Amino acid sequence: MRTDTADVERPATAPTFQHIGIGRRLKNHTATGLFTVSFLVAVVPLLWVLYTLLSRGLVPMLSADWWSHSFYGLLPNDFGGGIYHALVGTIEQSFVAAVISVPLGVTVGVFLIEYGKDSRLASTATFMVDILSGLPSIVAGLFVYALWITTFGFPKSGFAVALSLVLLMLPLVVRTTETMLRIVPDDLREASYALGVPKWKTILKVVLPTSLSGILTGVMLGLARIMGETAPLLILVGYARSINFNLFSGPMASLPLTIYTERKTPTEAGDARMWGAALTLVLVIMLINLLATLISRLFAVKTK
Amino acid sequence: MAKRLDIQDLNLHYGKFHAVQDVSLQVHARGVTAFIGPSGCGKSTVLRALNRMHEVIAGARVEGKVLLDGEDVYASNVDPVQVRRTIGMVFQRANPFPTMSIRDNVVAGLKLAGEKNKKHLDEVAERSLRSANLWEEVKDRLNKPGGSLSGGQQQRLCIARAVAVQPDVLLMDEPCSALDPISTLAIEDLIAELKKDYTIVIVTHNMQQAARVSDQTAFFNLRAVGEPGQLVEIEETGKIFSNPNQKATEDYISGRFG
Repeated sequence: MRTDTADVERPATAPTFQHIGIGRRLKNHTATGLFTVSFLVAVVPLLWVLYTLLSRGLVPMLSADWWSHSFYGLLPNDFGGGIYHALVGTIEQSFVAAVISVPLGVTVGVFLIEYGKDSRLASTATFMVDILSGLPSIVAGLFVYALWITTFGFPKSGFAVALSLVLLMLPLVVRTTETMLRIVPDDLREASYALGVPKWKTILKVVLPTSLSGILTGVMLGLARIMGETAPLLILVGYARSINFNLFSGPMASLPLTIYTERKTPTEAGDARMWGAALTLVLVIMLINLLATLISRLFAVKTK
Repeated sequence: MAKRLDIQDLNLHYGKFHAVQDVSLQVHARGVTAFIGPSGCGKSTVLRALNRMHEVIAGARVEGKVLLDGEDVYASNVDPVQVRRTIGMVFQRANPFPTMSIRDNVVAGLKLAGEKNKKHLDEVAERSLRSANLWEEVKDRLNKPGGSLSGGQQQRLCIARAVAVQPDVLLMDEPCSALDPISTLAIEDLIAELKKDYTIVIVTHNMQQAARVSDQTAFFNLRAVGEPGQLVEIEETGKIFSNPNQKATEDYISGRFG
């Protein structure tokens, strides 16, 4: 058995590992601190908004009438009533806008990626989509007003609103489709061609199903975005406090329009109606976003 | 079923780049022809020209003739879709369709061509998977996605998919380059099996593989980077690897390539 080596007999080399210096610790703590503060600064306003909405809008929403009645016949000081009329308007208008813009946008996206490549038509279309995606919503509203109402002579209506929402949603759908088709590997297209499958069938049965989840998610997010648009509503349709299912005639409420209009009622009851509508709008948009996540999981390419 | 290919004065271009120059060779029916040569010599490009996959790439051009039992696949009235139906292809990277089950991957070619008879499709799926030596491994999970298989299994799935449409010729572009030796062996055995019924052309970087699986071997080379690739010689595989006609071939197969 050996005794311990005396210290003097140890070789005089420096250890390989050194302690972390104070300077580095300080930098590390500063950086961590900065990240934490930035996170708080970003999150606080969001929580504040949610708190304000809940504290002012939750009470009117809790009554059963809220989801089944309208504001019809309510006097400025009357509490109660419901948001059903505005819910109907928002859902009808954005649904019709989606029904028009999704097939159109997906087709344009497919053309740009699968057929257009570097053609003149494709670069023109891309340029137009760029411009459209930067179009202020009030200008979209003005355009539809000038074309649909002034030139063609149709009355103000929920459908006119839907048309302006198409202008806002279309570039979102085209972009999403383009992005999602671009990430489908060419390997898959070639594998399909090599089996003697024509190009159009390859796109329909191989490429689009592979990117379906992404396209649907994009569509849902686009839908959530146009639901909150307000400017075109102010120009293209009158506000009604009663339920109107008809997109083609008469004034029609929607959630943003309700918020805007009820703000002008200078009573506590009017305030409650406004905040209730605001909270409802946020809830609907959150629901759509949730649905988008669900859809993206449901249609995602499975590997197990 | 199996047919002969005659390639005559084939010149291939990518835009302004002349990729392959003056290639003429015969591919015998019911046999394996291997294409070997250094990277960039154009062997994959020639292979892709045989079933008109070359022209899928933007800017790609073809001159010359490819005759399938005497019929030019590049004749003006020939539909490339039909050519690809007749001359199948297996790619370097296994590329099963991610949205389809194992079974649907195998019968994709038939299903997309409009075949709806479920019983017939099931039969084709089983027969093709058996001929790709994959049936025993997947028969209990035919409805699982194709992406759930291992790399070697995915490649055999792709071979089953290519065989399912019963082509006359099967082109294989480095089918084993991403696989381990055991999966490679499985695919080489499969090639030996398939050549009884099919004409097979295989591009490979692995000279032992060419020596093991092929009946005749074509050696491609290029004079310098940027120059077009050319066919140096095509001979019976035994001769290429023991006593080639050209010095360049001998240098390449003996590793004295520079």
